[in-house]
Amino acid sequence: MNYHWDWGIFFKSTGVGSEIYLNWFVSGLGWTIAVALAGWIIALALGSVLGVMRTLPGKLLPAIATAYVELFRNVPLLVQLFIWYFLVPDLLPTPLEMWFKQGISPASSAYLSVVVCLGLFTAARVCEQVRTGIQALSRGQNNAALAMGFTTAQAYRFVLLPQAFRVIIPPLTSEFLNIFKNSSVASLIGLMELLAQTKQTAEFSANIFEAFTLATLIYFVLNMSLMGFMAWVEKRVRIPGMMGGSK
Amino acid sequence: MALDFSQIIPALPGLADGMALTLKLLVMAVGGGVVLGTLLALARLSDNLLLSRLAKWYVNYFRSIPLLLVISWFYLVVPMVLSWITGDLTPVGAFTSCLVAFVMFEAAYFSEIVRAGIQSISRGQINAAYALGMTYSQAMRLVILPQAFRKMMPLLLQQSIILFQDTSLVYAVGLMDFLNTARSKGDIVGLPHEFLLFAGAVYFVISFGASQCVKRLQKRLAV
Repeated sequence: MNYHWDWGIFFKSTGVGSEIYLNWFVSGLGWTIAVALAGWIIALALGSVLGVMRTLPGKLLPAIATAYVELFRNVPLLVQLFIWYFLVPDLLPTPLEMWFKQGISPASSAYLSVVVCLGLFTAARVCEQVRTGIQALSRGQNNAALAMGFTTAQAYRFVLLPQAFRVIIPPLTSEFLNIFKNSSVASLIGLMELLAQTKQTAEFSANIFEAFTLATLIYFVLNMSLMGFMAWVEKRVRIPGMMGGSK
Repeated sequence: MALDFSQIIPALPGLADGMALTLKLLVMAVGGGVVLGTLLALARLSDNLLLSRLAKWYVNYFRSIPLLLVISWFYLVVPMVLSWITGDLTPVGAFTSCLVAFVMFEAAYFSEIVRAGIQSISRGQINAAYALGMTYSQAMRLVILPQAFRKMMPLLLQQSIILFQDTSLVYAVGLMDFLNTARSKGDIVGLPHEFLLFAGAVYFVISFGASQCVKRLQKRLAV
């Protein structure tokens, strides 16, 4: 077989407009980051609420949160994505359905689906981390807050959560990295994120090896930089005097 | 929107074939992944600096890229490279590609579990094995690993449940696993929503049931 090695391929014209292949990778990376960050905002917000619910006294609220976690953890991500992309729009009221299917571009509707899907999927995992973080705190923290006359809401807001969030930064980091990796499923509903752009480059240029090598490198570097960033955050917010805290 | 689940019953044999492929892939991937993962963990813990570095790099590398990218590598790129080297042009096939991708990818995750398992065994165990005149491989095979595997069984099973769900990603290369079968059957009879919900429910029941069993096992094994 004759394979034409060409590492300069990324600077060559794609034949589509005046774009070079590198433009495709940049735009793909942009979508990947846009999906992951938007999904992460949903995951962090909803996951924190659910995590708090799981630690509240009473029966109903913890049960709802537990049911949520079990549901979203035990259905494959791809099934969830298909449900959000193919099924849910049909359940919407007609004006909303028409807006989703015709009013916005196909890229926008795929983007919305994948952001909601990843956000809710990751929220279940964030919830478990937040719950673990809260339960890892000494019981005296909550009791002391209540004894000082804090309401339950105030105890969470001022005493429990500020400590819990710092403790769980390492496991949250790995969820944060996961959402970037999981965003690649968006390629299966036609969103042109990094993996989809890579496949397209491989098809257009026939330089399949180079295309996938670059994609792998981008994911690798992205992962490493995010890890570095989170390590920096962890250091910044560390509680002095705790295990692993600053001296 | 009215849902009509009646068409699922005649499709059940076909769906069962899809599930058979999913389970076959799962069992082979877990088997291969645990073996490769154990070798990686042993390499990581060995005194040989080069081996240990290589194993660490392997794990870090596979943990920082998406599974779908790994599947694409082994489906599109690696077979092409292999065919230059061997000159053999017979296609590898989607199943083999996916299996290799899962084994290589999951080995990175399994190896971290195995490593933690081995490290949780008291050092006295290996010293005692050496004192009895065992070689390194005998000590590992007969003393350390059997104890380590008992301890990490719940985590290995939990990871296998995650892998069970991840096998659905073979959709990307058109392999007819359970999800893909359900999708195509649903499209044929014009009831994609019903078949999708059914597939989701089956995945849920199996994963949820299995993780409840793992939890019970964990309690029983707890010291």
